Order: sequence, then C-alpha cells, then structure tokens
Amino acid sequence: MSERAINLGPLARIPEGEGRTFDVGAQKIAVFRTRRGAVYATQAECPHKSGPLADGLVGERAVTCPLHGYKFDLVSGDGLGHACGMLRTFPVDIDERGDVRLLLEE
Amino acid sequence: MSTKERLVVVGNGMAGARLVEEIIARGGRDRFDIVMFGDEPYGNYNRILLSNVLAGAHDAKDIFLNPLEWYADNGVTLHAGARVHGIDRRARVVHAADDTILEGYDHLVVATGSNAFVPPLERAYVDEGVFRDGVFVFRSLDDTDAIIKYAENAKTAAVLGGGLLGLEAARGLVQRGLDVHVVHLMKHLMEVQLDRMAGLILRRSLEGMGLHIHLEKATCGVIGDPSVEGLLFADGTTLDCDMLVISAGIRPSTQLAIDAGLDVERGIVVGDDMRTSDENIYAVGECAQHRGRTYGLVAPLWDQVKVLADRLTSKKPNAVYEGSQVSTKLKVAGVDLAVMGSRDGDGDDEEVTYSEPSRGVYKKLIVRDGKLAGAILLGDASAAPDLLQAFDRGRALPENRSELLFALSQDGGVGGASLADMPDDAQICNCNGVTKGRVVAAVRGGCRTLKVLCDTTRAGTGCGACKKDVQTLLELTAGDAVAEDPSIHYYVPGVPLTKPDLVRAIRERGLHSVSSVFGALAGGVEDATSKPGLASLLKTIWGKEYDDERDARFINDRVHANIQKDGTFSVIPRIYGGVTSPAQLRRIADVAEKHHAKMVKITGGQRIDLLGIPKDRLPQVWRDLGMPSGHAYAKSFRTCKTCVGTEFCRYGVGDSTRLGIEIEQRFQGLESPHKMKLATAGCPRNCSEATTKDVGAVAIEGGRWEIYVGGAAGASVRKGDILCVVDSHEEVLKYMGRFMQLYREQAKYLERTYGFVVRVGIEKLKRVLVDDEEGICARLDADVQAAVDAYVDPWREADWPATPTQFSNALDPTDGAPLIPLRRASGAR
Repeated sequence: MSERAINLGPLARIPEGEGRTFDVGAQKIAVFRTRRGAVYATQAECPHKSGPLADGLVGERAVTCPLHGYKFDLVSGDGLGHACGMLRTFPVDIDERGDVRLLLEE
Repeated sequence: MSTKERLVVVGNGMAGARLVEEIIARGGRDRFDIVMFGDEPYGNYNRILLSNVLAGAHDAKDIFLNPLEWYADNGVTLHAGARVHGIDRRARVVHAADDTILEGYDHLVVATGSNAFVPPLERAYVDEGVFRDGVFVFRSLDDTDAIIKYAENAKTAAVLGGGLLGLEAARGLVQRGLDVHVVHLMKHLMEVQLDRMAGLILRRSLEGMGLHIHLEKATCGVIGDPSVEGLLFADGTTLDCDMLVISAGIRPSTQLAIDAGLDVERGIVVGDDMRTSDENIYAVGECAQHRGRTYGLVAPLWDQVKVLADRLTSKKPNAVYEGSQVSTKLKVAGVDLAVMGSRDGDGDDEEVTYSEPSRGVYKKLIVRDGKLAGAILLGDASAAPDLLQAFDRGRALPENRSELLFALSQDGGVGGASLADMPDDAQICNCNGVTKGRVVAAVRGGCRTLKVLCDTTRAGTGCGACKKDVQTLLELTAGDAVAEDPSIHYYVPGVPLTKPDLVRAIRERGLHSVSSVFGALAGGVEDATSKPGLASLLKTIWGKEYDDERDARFINDRVHANIQKDGTFSVIPRIYGGVTSPAQLRRIADVAEKHHAKMVKITGGQRIDLLGIPKDRLPQVWRDLGMPSGHAYAKSFRTCKTCVGTEFCRYGVGDSTRLGIEIEQRFQGLESPHKMKLATAGCPRNCSEATTKDVGAVAIEGGRWEIYVGGAAGASVRKGDILCVVDSHEEVLKYMGRFMQLYREQAKYLERTYGFVVRVGIEKLKRVLVDDEEGICARLDADVQAAVDAYVDPWREADWPATPTQFSNALDPTDGAPLIPLRRASGAR
C-alpha cells in the first residue's frame, strides 16, 4: 500500500471553526479546521442519514451533523453518545506553504 | 508495601456503598486503600425496593446496586457478613467477627444505618433477642425472605405501624393473598408526612384495596403459643392473626459508636464536616445526627456522602453539609405520594388545597412569601417534578397556583400513572421512535440524569415534547437514585453558568465573540452544541458591537436558508403580511423554473417556498428574486400571518392586513432565543389563528386590539394570554416590541414564548410590560428600536459573501495530482 498526498489548497479556503467538503476523485471528503488550529478529515456524509458533515458545527475534536445533531469524534471517528456507526478519518496536515495536505492510502 | 492511607467504612448499606462510589468517582483509589464491613453477607442493595420484593414485584436479585464482583473490580476489600463489634480509637483498629478480623484505619466512616424500633410488647419474645414464631421486623433482605416464607402458610397478618414502611409491608402481604390489618397508634396514617385530610383520603384508598385499618389502637401484647395467634390491645379488645410484622419506625444504630465513646444523642453527633467527636472518625446516613436532626430518607444521605467524599479526597477540602430540605416522591401501597417541606402551614402561610376523595386525590401547597414551603400530593403526583424544582430552588410561584397543582396536564405529558401502566413497546418519543422499554432499560443501565438519558436513547431530542414523560420514566424507574444534573441550569451545556451569571460575566469581561467566551469561561474548550446559543445571546447583548464569528452559526444562519434532508436548501422570500401581486408571483415562478426548484410550496406562514436549491445557487436565486429574506430558517422573528381584515371581509373590524405588514416590516429578522411566529386577526373569528401564535393581535369591536402572547400550535398547543388591549396600530407595535425584547433578554436559548410566558407568569408580565413596575419599559423600547435599526437583509451577502467559500457546495483539490510520496503524517496538528 502506498500513500499519496493531495493538495487541497490554502488553509484559508476553510474558515476558522468550520468545515468544507472536497471532491477528491470519486470521493467526497470533509475537512475541518478548529479555532485552535487543528485540521481533521473525515468521510463527508453522516452514517445516519447522509447529512453533509462539513456543514455541521465544529467544536473541540467533534462535529455535529446539521441534519439530526449526531455527534462524532474527529480524531477517532467514533460516534459520541449514540451507536449510529463511526466515521472514516484520514490523515491531514498543513505543509510549509500553508496548504492543506490530505494523505490517501491506495 | 502500600503508601496509601487506609479508609475503613463500617456499613455497606445505601450510605456506606454510595460513599465509596463517590470517593472512587473522585479518583480516591489512588489515595486510599478502601476496606468495607457489611453486616449482611451480600453486596449492596436498594433497601427502598424491599417492599417490592415483599410484594413479589421484584426478585431479590433485581434490587442489588453493587454485587460482590463490583467491590473486587474496584479494588475495595469487603468483609461481607462480618459484624464489627469494637473500635479501638487509640490504636485506630476496627475489630470484627469475634476478633478474627482486625483492620487498621487512618480514616474511619461509620455508616451503620438504623434498626427497626420494636415497642414493648408482652410475649413477643421467647428468648433474649429471639422473636416468637410468626413475629417479624421488616428491615433487611433476610427479614423479607423470612416474611415471604411464613406468609405462605398464613391467612391473616397484622402490621404494627401505619407509617410509610408499615403500609408498604401491608401492601406486600395483600399482594401475597393475605387478609391484612394495619394497627396504628396515632389518629391518622403517616402522621409524620401527611396532614389529617390526606391521612383520611389515604385510609379510604387503602380500604378500597381490602386493607383493614385500625387507628388509635395501642397494642400491648401478643397472643398465642408457641406461635402468634393474635394481638391484645390496651382497651382489652383482641385481633386474630397468624403473623405479625412490626414496622413501627426506625432508630439510628449507634451501639458501636456509644461503646467507642463517641458523642451520641439520638444519632451519632456530627458537624458540618460530617466528623464525629473523634477527628479521624466520620458518620453518614441514618445513624448520623446533624444539627439536631436525623434523616430517614435517601436524598439527604446522598448530600452527606457527597460532602464527605469531597473532603476525604480533597476535591473540595472545605465542603460543608448544611442540612437537607426533606422531600420525597414514592408510592405508598401503590398510591402515588410526594411530600416536601412543612406538613402544615403556620398562621401567616397561604394554604392551597384540592381534594377529590372519590379518586383518592389530595393536593396541598403551603406558600410562604410567594415561595413553596411545603406540599403534599396524594393519589396523583404528576405535578411533583415541577413542585420539587420550585421547592428545591426556592423559585417564585406563578400567581395562578392551580397551574402548579395540575402542571403536567397543561404541558401535554401523559402523566405518571398512565406511563407506569404502558407496555414496554409503547412509543414515548414520536420523533425518534424510542419506546418506553428502551428508556427504562437505559435508566437501569445507569442513566441517572435527564440529559444523559436523552443523549443515550435520543428520546426527547427531536421536538422535545416528550421530555416530561422521559423525566417521569426516569423518576419511576430510578426513584431516589435520580441525580441532579447541574448542566440543566446552564444557559448552554458547554459553559457552566446560568443565564444571569453568564450575561454578567460577558458584560464584565467585555466578551464580544463566541470564541472569547469559551476562552474566558470554559477553559478554551469549544463545545459545538453551545455555539449557536452563545451567538444568539451575544448578539442580543452587544447588538452592532457583536463580533460575529460565522462558525458559531448553525448552517442555516451561515447561508440564510433552511437545510433539507438531501443537503439542498429551501428559499423563502419575505412576502409582507402574505400579500403578493401578479408581478411578484410571475417573478417567483420564473426563478423557480430557472433554478429547477424541486418543489414550490405554499407555507403555513402565507409565503412561497422554493425547495431543493443547492447551496452554491443560493446567491443567484436571491439576486433573481430581488426580494428580502423571509428568515424561514432562523431563530428570529419569522412572519406575521394575516387575514383579509377590513378591506374585503364583511366581518372584519380591524385592518389586520395593514397591521400585519407593519409588524413584519418592523420586526423582520429580529433575533430571539427561538423562532417567533406572529399573526393578526381582523375579528374574533380568528381566521389567522392569532391566539395560538407566539405573539398575536386580534381586532375587537370599537377599534381596539387584543395582544396575545405565549400561544402555540406546534409540538405544544396553548392559547396565548392577553397581555393588554390597545387602541391603535402604533400601540400594538409598541407592546409587541416590548414583549419581544424582554423575551430576547430573559428567555433561555430555545425556550419558545409559550414556555417563557408560563414560566414568568402573565400577571408578572403585565406588571412589567404594561404597568412598568420595574421601570424598564423605556429601556426595552429603546433596545428593541436599536435592534430594528440594526437590521440588514442577510441576502445581500449574495454580493458580499462573509468568506470566499461561504456558498461552496464542494471544493476541488488545487492540483489533484499526486505530490511526492510522504511518510505518514499525524492526523491532526
């Protein structure tokens, strides 16, 4: 298995404390930026009813789906306070130019 | 060799075991080696439920709180069935089981509880401490077992004592098919908790169940040899019975403390620090006497063990116990009962009573200085949760006292009695499809607060209408083990402050943004679900000076449209007063076609909804419409529904259409704790349903308008209350604005006006908003005017987006091409 890094562009594309959906090939991936400067990436759709997680409210390490309020841990992908499945998470960081870099295994 | 301190707890009942749980929860295992002694050879069980075991409703195994494995799993040494017979205070050693067990201590806690009180009865004993065959007390699991076995061959039982425990024992024996006589020395049943009238009604209810009640009967001896055959009374009469259960009260179990030389009066004397006269020895629970009082209920005991756990673990080394207000909610022989505070009022108190003997219902409130000083609810305790809250927090009561006595029926809950009777598969939460069985299982699985229970089961997390029922199920299932969740008092869960405290802190520290509130008041931890509530509050406090961080907004408020199940949005332009024109309709139709709206729908608020618009098309849709936002997505003023009023309607007595347009033009977009839906009606026929709106105006003959507030016709249905009757449109706008501003300032986040109006009370609102009792009307008028002046149509962000990607559906990677291969980076930084 190899990894490839995908440049998602400048961090400023994601406003502080929010998330955005990215089309990465055939995949949709949600990337979140907290006010403390952490960046997280997860699958884009909520496992409950496919809500767009990038439109959710972001807190410390957690996102709340905008449709029905299901909450997930952004690091582990675990559901918080419910048993509605977990999120796939992806490694993501910021390179020296300030671009968001997503790592995909293939 | 352990360097930990040694903590020894004598007593493994509800107090002792709970204390150890609380200590462990505070990380006490790192500090203490914990050793416990229990008289009974079991783990810890819920003594309150013994009566259910006696009645056959519970198996003995069902009432265990901590089985033996729990102690092992938590590193607690339990000597179960080992009786402690001495404390050597000088050597700090506890002696148990005929000196076969010795345990040294640094800290000793005495939690020996209480013993059954046995009044002097001739021939009750056959030997020192040995009852005659057929004579029992009712205090422990072993007592209960023995009673159940003996009852198999008995036909008639006498229960000595008409207090709570006696009646519970009597109910259990009735359930087992016995003919049961309750013999009580006093003039009415449960005289400690009930007044005379309540005692009388309870007696009738119990007699209806087949119990025989004998009041003012002094029992002086037992008849029969070798086993019980009857009772002899002081007045010379007798009663035949095959068995006798003595349940005449409890006495603190203090012999161990007396022998050890501790100060003992009625109970073991403790100070506010729960310490006895020996600084290394503490006492908690029924054996302890604090400020002259001993307690026989479980709630005060929880308070005591929390304080002691805080002190012992140094979590709060200065924690003090200042006594407990006594309240309890329970079933007496199957009859609902809640009691709190004083049983009878003194001369100056206001007593409110309601009595319905045929149904066995009696309710009494004792009101002192506008606050609840005591209450009795017998036969129907559905109002107990509200009353307990009012009592515990010293909350001011609504002027209409009957609202308190019948609180639940107003809020649409189904009530305790019928909930208890429902089958497990009955659906409680109709939004998320949660059954009663699921809720009850979660409570049994350890959910002890409403919040945790709702989060776990998702019941009550939809429209919220069933929360009352979830609370009732929690109380029915967990009884006194229900825990107080401090976060229910917080304005938002992520910042531990009530609304007034939060507002004060925000003003004092000049916090203008949501992130600054988290930084200053929540240790920098941002809680997602708390963000919109804080944003709403800050906007109300600071107005134009509010530092609007967009991430604190729910998605609807970021893009000024309402998110739909497929991730698209609905667009509802404002149509003032529901009055449109052919040109406007044509334009809306063109926009709907151009942007392929998936559905065009007339809303309940007399507007037109274009559904299925993708996020990135929103700006163009708004531009093409050329109409302002209808705010159909926000926690704000939504719309004002109107009827045709005087212009065409042959009944209209007021120009409701014109007034509705004026209202909507003035208050459009006004942020509030929850949405506000308004209506104006041109006559009392109320075609626009103004009386069930958050705020409504109804025209009446004579050119006047009735202003209604706090109406609802959604998850809850409530007719609004009349705030005032005024003469002109200007006056309508003035009083409506004043009310809305007060609601903006004082309601909790997501509290609709119907909750707010009930909570504050319409009489109080009239005094504040009409009579200007607090002298704030001019300020309220000015503040709402400032908010109106600050209004900007949010759809103008079509051309001035707040962020470059505000309306992006999905972004593309900037290159899409693989970069140089990397070693795995960490997931976050």
